Amino acid sequence: MSRLLLIAFDESDLNSCGGFATALGLPYDALLLSGNSTVGGEKIFQAGLTAIPTADTVAGLLAVFVHTYSHVAFVSSMRSKDLAARIAGILDAAMITDAIGIESPTTFLRPMVAGAVIATVDAEPPVFITFRPSNFAPAELTAGTVVPMGIVPAPGSKIVKASAKTAGRPDLSQAKIIVSGGKPLKDAATFETVLGGLADALGGAVGATRAAVDTGIAPNELQVGQTGKIVAPNLYIAAGISGSTQHMAGIKDSKVIVAINKDGDAPIFEVADIGIVADLFDVLPQLQAKLPGARS
Amino acid sequence: MRILIPIKRVVDPYAKVRALPSGEGLDTAGLKFEINPFDEIALEEAVRMKERGEASELIAITIGGSECEEQLRKSLAIGADKAILVETTSALDPSAVSTELAAWAKELQPDLILMGKQGTENDENQTGQRLAAKLEWPQATFASKIEKLASGFQVTRETDLGEEVVEVAQPAVITVDLRLNEPRYIALPGIIKARSKPLERATPKTALTVKVKTRSYANPPARGAGIRVNSVDELVAAIAAKGVL
Repeated sequence: MSRLLLIAFDESDLNSCGGFATALGLPYDALLLSGNSTVGGEKIFQAGLTAIPTADTVAGLLAVFVHTYSHVAFVSSMRSKDLAARIAGILDAAMITDAIGIESPTTFLRPMVAGAVIATVDAEPPVFITFRPSNFAPAELTAGTVVPMGIVPAPGSKIVKASAKTAGRPDLSQAKIIVSGGKPLKDAATFETVLGGLADALGGAVGATRAAVDTGIAPNELQVGQTGKIVAPNLYIAAGISGSTQHMAGIKDSKVIVAINKDGDAPIFEVADIGIVADLFDVLPQLQAKLPGARS
Repeated sequence: MRILIPIKRVVDPYAKVRALPSGEGLDTAGLKFEINPFDEIALEEAVRMKERGEASELIAITIGGSECEEQLRKSLAIGADKAILVETTSALDPSAVSTELAAWAKELQPDLILMGKQGTENDENQTGQRLAAKLEWPQATFASKIEKLASGFQVTRETDLGEEVVEVAQPAVITVDLRLNEPRYIALPGIIKARSKPLERATPKTALTVKVKTRSYANPPARGAGIRVNSVDELVAAIAAKGVL
């Protein structure tokens, strides 16, 4: 019998699942590892974890739990790829990474070579899927019956220390507006003042290129691109970003891309909807003052 | 300590790759092939561990056609002691590759399997985790720093939120991210000199059964050409006109 289980690390994950569940068109349940949403599917299994354990300590238990489902899906993220592939390995099941489209419950579209090529792939159930929510039209999940569930981690790798979720700006992968910058931002303080100022004025998130992260201008969780976060905001403002293939792979699903760069030949202008050849240090403060709706 | 380093041959990660007009594959005509850059970082880390006296033997392994010898020769030049080419012309997927690698790991008994977090062609990010699952070993993915402990490793991992430090007992599978190290440059003479190192050709130990089959390849629609503006006022008006604020 075909049935989908959505596995969400927290409620924000679950909120991104509606479009995928609707597009797949199978009856579905949800397993919420942390949080207590009552919306998510016919059954909502609540594990109620306060911290998510390492993948290798919970994958065995989850493999037993999910084995009756034909489809098991996660929002694409580093932690979901870590866990989903481990469970798929235990069950020797098919897995589709970064699904961006569904042709049928056994045929999916996914990007490869940094998004330069789209592959159509076939997989017989059981199939594990990580999907990019921005490629599926938003839809509500159904309300259902809450079923408490206990998860006791098995021995395995141990977390010694972890970064905490920072409050304030929206999450990059869900932000509607992103102001992103590269190496010309010079240093961490300038990056924060110039980009952060405009982002906050627009209620948006801040992103960075790999070069900006590697030179210590921005923290690594802000990296956008093939090896960082894949984003799809309504507005992506690229300031001082030349537009490497790896960076473009992460932004090309944005609705509107604005490029601000001193170099008129920068490849970013080939994908930008609106471009201006100018110094970002002149343009960004003015945008902050002049854009309608921006708080100063 | 023995380290096994799976190496994947991929099309030049810096080239612009397109699908063939027939949709049957990638158009790789005229393009170079390289070691998957994430695997090269894994190999570099293994070589540094050996240079520090933490590892004694480094074995590079590839599953693929005879053309993969090129990447294994380079792996030997970078510092692997021995290379194994498991020869097949079959189409592979992470399930088939991890099952085959698990069979080799059981024979070779490494204390650590160090590999890239993903191959830059398929971008699937599965093989390390699947391999760890099959071996029932702990895993640490997306490593940006690895320190040897008495009988395991302390690994700094990149996460969605920033960083996390985990401890894993050995044997373990560690998959590596871009910021772990900067691989050394090997000039051609170094590759020629490494020809005396052993490269074993072997037949697969498993059936190489795939779970996912690629039916066709296509190029995504290109973004339409945009406009250029000449002043910040024009820029503000153009953004406002898009209705995305």
